[in-house]
This record gives sequence, C-alpha cells and structure tokens, in this order.
Amino acid sequence: MSESESGAASAPRSESAGDAGPTDARFPLQVEDLHKSFGGITAVDGASFEVERGTLTGLIGPNGAGKSTTFNLITGMHTPDSGTVTFNGEEITGLEPYEIANRGLVRTFQIARELQEMTVLENLMLAPQHQQGEALWRSVLPVVRDRVSEQEEEILDRVWETLEFFDIEHLAEEEAGNLSGGQRKLLEMARALLTDPDMLLLDEPFAGVNPTLERRLLEHVHELREEGYTFLLVEHDMDLIMNNCEHVIVMHQGQILTEGTPDDIRQNEEVIEAYLGGNV
Amino acid sequence: MSSAASRLPEPLATYWNEAVETFTRQHDVVKIVALLLSVYFVYVLAGIGLGFPLRGQFNSIAVLTFYVAVFSMLTLALNLHWGYTGLFNIGIVGFMAIGIYVMALVSKPVYSPGGAASVGGLGLPLWVGILAGMLAAAVLGFVVALPALRLRADYLAIVTIAMSEIVRFSFLSDAFASFQLAGQPVGFGGGSGIILDYQDPLIAFFEATGTIGLYRGLVDAFATVIPNNPSPVVNGLVYSAVLLVFVASYYWLLKRTGESPFGRVLKAIREDEDVAQALGKNTNRFKIKSFMLGCALMGLGGILWLMGQGAVTPNFFRPRITFFVWIALILGGAGSNTGSVVGGAIFAAVLYQGPRYFQSLVSTVVDTSAAPSGFGPAVAPLLANFDPTPFLLYTVDSVRQLQLVIMGLVLIWLMHNRPEGMLGHREETAASIPLTRPAAGKPAADGGEADE
Repeated sequence: MSESESGAASAPRSESAGDAGPTDARFPLQVEDLHKSFGGITAVDGASFEVERGTLTGLIGPNGAGKSTTFNLITGMHTPDSGTVTFNGEEITGLEPYEIANRGLVRTFQIARELQEMTVLENLMLAPQHQQGEALWRSVLPVVRDRVSEQEEEILDRVWETLEFFDIEHLAEEEAGNLSGGQRKLLEMARALLTDPDMLLLDEPFAGVNPTLERRLLEHVHELREEGYTFLLVEHDMDLIMNNCEHVIVMHQGQILTEGTPDDIRQNEEVIEAYLGGNV
Repeated sequence: MSSAASRLPEPLATYWNEAVETFTRQHDVVKIVALLLSVYFVYVLAGIGLGFPLRGQFNSIAVLTFYVAVFSMLTLALNLHWGYTGLFNIGIVGFMAIGIYVMALVSKPVYSPGGAASVGGLGLPLWVGILAGMLAAAVLGFVVALPALRLRADYLAIVTIAMSEIVRFSFLSDAFASFQLAGQPVGFGGGSGIILDYQDPLIAFFEATGTIGLYRGLVDAFATVIPNNPSPVVNGLVYSAVLLVFVASYYWLLKRTGESPFGRVLKAIREDEDVAQALGKNTNRFKIKSFMLGCALMGLGGILWLMGQGAVTPNFFRPRITFFVWIALILGGAGSNTGSVVGGAIFAAVLYQGPRYFQSLVSTVVDTSAAPSGFGPAVAPLLANFDPTPFLLYTVDSVRQLQLVIMGLVLIWLMHNRPEGMLGHREETAASIPLTRPAAGKPAADGGEADE
C-alpha cells in the first residue's frame, strides 16, 4: 500500500538495492541485447550499451532508428521481446513505469506531455516522491491531514525554487494547456527534476526552445551533471550533441552503429553514411 | 451564456448578464444555497398561486429535497470517478442496487413463518446493514475494476454497464430469490422484489440517539397546521433534511479528497496516465482506490434513496438512472464538486421533478381527464379544424414521457453552448494548501487591484 511510502520527501533512494555497492557502479544504466518488434517491423534489433555515471551521453540516429523505442523499453512503457535493462545493479526489465521512476530513472517525453487542465503549480507539485498525502486516509482524516499540509509547504518551497530557476514563475497559475511549445518543454524538464532522480532520460528536450533558453537549460544540465546526475539525451541537433556530450551512441535500423567520443563519431564513415545516405 | 442573453431584449439581457456574473463571483457554498432557495421559491410560489393545501406544499418540498439530495450525492460520487479520475463508469445503478440489497439482507428481521415478508434477513442493526451495503458496493467495484482498469477507459464503460445489468438480472432471478445463509432462510425475492420490513430508519435513528422525544415534539408542532395525521409529512421532511446532511458529508469528503496530493494524482491520471506513471505514481492503485470509494458512495446513495420506501424491486435499477446521474454531472460541470451539487439539484428540480410538478399544477387548474389517449386522436383535430386543445391536453398528460425528450434537448443545447457545464471550470486546486508563493512572494492577496 502507498501508506508505506511515508518517508520524507527528500529520502535518499537506496531502498531498492540496499547496500552502497550498486550506487558506486561506474555504469548505472546497462542495456543488453534489447529486441522489440511491432507487427512485422523490428524497431530495436539487439541494442546494447552502457551509460557512465555523471556523464551527459547523447543518443543519436536518423528517424526510425529506434531511439524513442529504446527509451520506452528502458522506462517500462514497452516490454522488450528479449534482452535486459539494468539500473544501479538491479535488473529492471519488465517493471512497471512507475516502479522504474521510483528507482530514480526518470524520463521526459518527445512531445511534451503536460497535464493540460492542471496549473503549472499543480503539475510540479505532483512530481516529488514520497508524498504522505498520496495515501487517501492521510489526506482525508483531520489530524493527519495537518502533517500532509506541512509536507505540502515544503514541497511548495521546492517547486517555487524550481520555477524561479527555469524562469517560469510568471506562469505558475496558468493552466499547462495554455503554455507555448517551448514553455511546455521547460515545465516537463522541471517536473522530471522535481522527482529527485539519479538519472534523466531526455527525449529531444530542446526542440522548440529558443536559443537563449536552450543555453540556460544546457548550463543547468551541466551543473546537475557535475553534482552527479547522469543524463541520456536523444537529440537531432548534431552540433548540440557534439558540443555538449562526453559520449555519443549512434543508432541505426534498431542497432547500435557505433559509439565513442564526439570526435570519434565525427570521423566515422558509417555515421555519415547512415545520416546522409539511405533513409534519413 | 452570452448567446442566450443576445436573444433577449436589451434591458433583460443586461439583468441576465449581471445575474450570471454575480452568481459566478460568489463563494461555492453561497452558490449552492442561493440556487436551492430560488428553486424552492419557485415551487412554493407556484403552489401558493394555485392554492395547494399546506399538506401538499410540505410534501412537494420534501419530495423535491429528497431528489435534490439523492441526485447530488450520486453526482458527487460520479464526479470522483469521471471528473477527477477520468473513469468512465456507466454502471452507477448496479452499485446502488448492490448497496440496498445487501443492506436489506443484513438488516431485515429474521424470517418468521406467517409474516408479511416471504424471505427474512439476518436481523442485524440498520447501521451494520448500511456499512455492509457500502462495503459490498466497494468490493463489487474492485472486482469490476481489476480486469478493466488494465485496459483503457472505454472498456471500463462496457464492463460497468454490463455489470449493472448482470446485477439487475441476478436479483430478478429465482436462483437468489431465497437461500440459506448462516442457518437463516434469506433471499432477494426475485422479480417480485423484497420487502424492507425493518424498523423505520428515521425512528430507529432517533431512538438510537435518544432524541425520539424531539421528533415527537416536532410531529405535535406540525399537528397544529396539519391536524390530520401529520407524521408522514414530518417524516418526509425530516428524512430529506437528513439526506441534505449526507450531501454535505459527501461534499466535505470529496472536497478533501480532491484538494490533496491524492486528488492531484487522480487529476494527473485523468489528464495523462502515462505521465503519472513516468513520475512514479502507481496509477492502477490510485484508480482502484478512487473507484472503490466512489462505488461505496454510490452504494450508500442507493441505500439512502430506497431504504425508506418499504420495498425494492430489481427493475427499479434500469440503466436510465445511471444516465440521469450523468446528465446531472454534465449539467453541473465535470471536475467540480460544487458543480456536481448544483447539477444534481438542477437536474432533480427542473428535469426530474419539474415536469411532474408542472403536470400536477396544470391538472389542478385544467381538467385533463378528457385528454386523448394516443398521438393520432391528439393531432387529428389540430389538422382538421385547427383545434389545439386535444393536442395540448395530450402534451400535458404525457409530460412524464416528454421528460426524456426535454433532457435530450437540454443536453444538446449544453453541448453546443456550454460543454463544460455550469461550473465545470475545474478550478478546484488539487493541493491541501493554497498554492501561493511562500514568504516574501506576492503582495497580500486582498484583491485590491483586481477590482479596478
């Protein structure tokens, strides 16, 4: 029952793995030999890669390469036909999306999926984990509800800080459905961060965001990376990937074509072929 | 609203707009009370105008309040399902049926040969029966929801309406008409229904709380205005007043449920379940909790509707009641608890009781016994020699049947002009605290500049 999720809002996320071992691991996310087909189309065909802790890793590839499907397989939105996903030393293949999110692996969506008829504040207040008031009886019963409200105050403080950081305080009371495309992207990133994740999977987070904001967001991503967060980023803007990621993974036709530093990728003939020849 | 106003003459339109504006500015509770009072005002005024006896006046107020209350309760419960969680439940009446039938089974007196009732119950106190009925409705909700919630919304709709018919047919069936439970001959009575031969719930309540003297005093007081057998009138009035207390409790409970982190997750599920999952919320658990709570409240709604009626038959629980509750919710505005009460009240007063009351008003003034019995004889004089009288008489005489047509027209009008319902602004913030900026943020919200 969710009654057991009564820890503090900022409780450290160690309950799943137990000891400190896995969190020290160099590669929090390990993907091995993932396969997924929809009808006759093989979307992901034996993808294997690892993401190193504290890095900003880019996942690129032409349209239809299987990037988004890979994201969905990692985060439990789809179940792989075969293969495994390991996060912080624990196999998470086939877990429900919420279980994966609760282990600290949180995603954003390619097309921003804000909760339209909720205000920006409500969207953000939703995100923090371990909210006592998510247990129905705590929210309803008179005395315990006061404790719920206390925690809500704390969460609200964090939410306002986040709003300020992303420079969208003026939109706080707006219904999320009224935001522009770029603002939605910001909201979605802010919301993902408020879940207090270990690792973020960002699906084209900069599409539709203006250059100034994009720079700001990137600065923030780098800041968080230095604090120890790990990022896996799908993006079409090659310059952005090449200038910001330490490590780049290239997908093509459901498989990992190659991976390496941006310099390696730039000089790789196969990558150029994949992007410029065949099915762009 | 503006389109309605534009068709009115200028000064009237101004009044109308002002009235609407003033109404929407008010506090939610003020809205509900103002609305109820004006409905009563119209009813009483019409009654006085036509010289109804006092007894009839009191009765029509009691009946009106009764329906306002039951529809408000059911609409509030449906709002938790649909307005908050996005669960498409069209089996409301099934949960009501389970509620009252289980309550009857538990609380009916033990079978005694030669008694009026052909089957007995377990003979437990009424409150045990009420709790058992609510619990049974919640458990049925769980059973229904478990397979359906894994699929998407439409499947829940199909499963719930099928369930409500299965429930009705089960109670109709001879198989459950009588059986043995804990050594007692009990049963649901099959198609002929079940007699609710327990003690009058109202009297039982006053006796249990030691306030029976108060009730007797009230009956005596009424005897001065209604000398002839006042107690059914008082009973009706008091029972409907008790139901209003239940409406207030529903409202309180659901408002707290909505304005909380729990309600926030429900709203998120309504908007986009994948997102709620991606943020680490176990959405199935939230949906099932919300569904079970709503079902228990629908069960209680069914109990309160029928527990004082003396008997229940399975065919009362046809799907049309489910759709009545849906109309009330759409009318008031899905997503708003206040809107649900307003919708329930308006539906009950205008669409449900209104035509019947109108019919009884007309038949006191005009003798409708000469009304033609079919559509043909009603229209023939109109076409033959432009005599509208038979047609009008026929219309008034079949107002109850026309009720459904009127409801349909109102729905169509709403869909075109105000699809969000009267109060469906969904501005009931899903948090247990006001989401204003903490500490040195905004200036104090006394709204000074907003009026300028």
